[in-house]
Amino acid sequence: MSEPLLSVRGVTTFYGRVQALKGVDLDIHDGEIVTLIGANGAGKSTLMMTICGNPQARDGVIMFAGRDITRLPTHEIARLRLAQAPEGRRIFPRMTVLENLQMGATVADPAMFARDLERVLELFPRLKQRLAQRGGTLSGGEQQMLAIGRALMSRPRLLLLDEPSLGLAPLLVRQIFEAIRLLNQQDGVTVFLVEQNAYHALKLAHRGYVMVNGRITLSGKGRELLERPEVKSAYLEGARLQ
Amino acid sequence: MEVFLQQLINGVTLGSIYGLIAIGYTMVFGIIGMVNFAHGDVFMVSAFVALIAFLVLTAWAGISSIPIALLIVLAAAMFFTSLVNWVIERVAYRPLRGSFRLAPLISAIGMSILLSNFVQVTQGPRNKSIPPMVQGEIVLYRHNDYPVTLSYKQLIIWFVTAALLVSFWYLVARTKLGRAQRACEQDQKMAALLGVDVDRTISMTFVIAAALAAVAGTMYLMYYGVVSFSDGFVPGVKAFTAAVLGGIGSLPGAVVGGLLIGLIETFWSAYFSIDYKDVAAFSVLAITLIFLPQGLFGRPDVEKV
Repeated sequence: MSEPLLSVRGVTTFYGRVQALKGVDLDIHDGEIVTLIGANGAGKSTLMMTICGNPQARDGVIMFAGRDITRLPTHEIARLRLAQAPEGRRIFPRMTVLENLQMGATVADPAMFARDLERVLELFPRLKQRLAQRGGTLSGGEQQMLAIGRALMSRPRLLLLDEPSLGLAPLLVRQIFEAIRLLNQQDGVTVFLVEQNAYHALKLAHRGYVMVNGRITLSGKGRELLERPEVKSAYLEGARLQ
Repeated sequence: MEVFLQQLINGVTLGSIYGLIAIGYTMVFGIIGMVNFAHGDVFMVSAFVALIAFLVLTAWAGISSIPIALLIVLAAAMFFTSLVNWVIERVAYRPLRGSFRLAPLISAIGMSILLSNFVQVTQGPRNKSIPPMVQGEIVLYRHNDYPVTLSYKQLIIWFVTAALLVSFWYLVARTKLGRAQRACEQDQKMAALLGVDVDRTISMTFVIAAALAAVAGTMYLMYYGVVSFSDGFVPGVKAFTAAVLGGIGSLPGAVVGGLLIGLIETFWSAYFSIDYKDVAAFSVLAITLIFLPQGLFGRPDVEKV
């Protein structure tokens, strides 16, 4: 197989004295959807933020598109077209939806803005009527769409999505996941998806990783992981009730 | 009525100067949550830069055209004051980012003392004066030998302030830098994730704040014709009062607050006692903090998170 787009090797991260990541290895190849599942507090969001350089990894190496990004500041990593829709969405509440999307295009070529905006509004038509509205007044689902749309405005080579389904109604979850699938298939965006909604995520993803206590414990093709008894018992019991 | 009109004109003029300084307090507070106590002294330094530039221009370079001299003085004051504030942020505040909350505040008080003492030592402790730059006035209205006048100085201050506020509003609301600046105000971590260089944006905020203070400093020098090393303190605290009154963090609030403080001070001097004009202005600070701590334009946080 060719060189991965993103490779994480032996990464450890600390919050003060607390070790959140204990040596994580992970690869993402061009064109894939890869998902990372795990319980609350396993370190999934920490890994996402460590990839983006905030906090920086204490040990280990993170390579993106052939470059060592382990010690790069966050904004320079973003300039390499690695975008993240982080945990909690982090919409700028006192900026309009349009301004939020313009912020997403900070590192993009201004000539592409109109076209990229059109594509985002095509994926999330609900944002169209909301363009002049302040981000803080959107519903949870709309905020999630905006968070993903904002990340897309930079034309990312790799899109990190942290729990896009969190707190959303099942219908909206399906819409968001459908949008991710379209992005991957039609626009060729590589996606790294962190989810607690393991069932949906593993069905959508080409490959998956399972994280427990800051370590990767399992990895494999998405559908295969779905069949693994340890995954079933730990992460899918609740999901089946949905 | 005549006295009222005249004081209204004077108050708006003074208020414009306070407003320009207040924007600097409010911008810096908005982006890094720190009251920049050195800002008043940055304003004072700008008045000295303007003074030196003016003397150099008229005495050495022999420029006699006042409008051109004023423009050059303004540009010089804006440039050097921005540079000073940029260095201050680099040296005194940035290393303390992420430290405990009071650390940059104490550092700012230190910078304030440093600036005023530096100017006192290098420029001398006495008032420095310049010959009047702009003279003449328009008599708007005369009643019983009491003329209501609008001096050209005041007209210049009004015009410059208005023009500056419009371009400043445009910068914040419509440009990429302004957007990045507002984004950093709301969520620095997210702004960085989107590729905004947060450190650079904060530096630019200090540069812009200083440039506005420098315009205020130049106008102050032109208006009063005199400046001293201690002139940073009282106008600084009054502009800070204006920022608090308007709602700290709010840009229109800073302008409105500045105008109100200018008006309150002038009317108090005219109708009550000029000796107590500072007391009047600072009572406003106390009253605002007690009864309206979020200020006139303070944002009520109605955000869904």
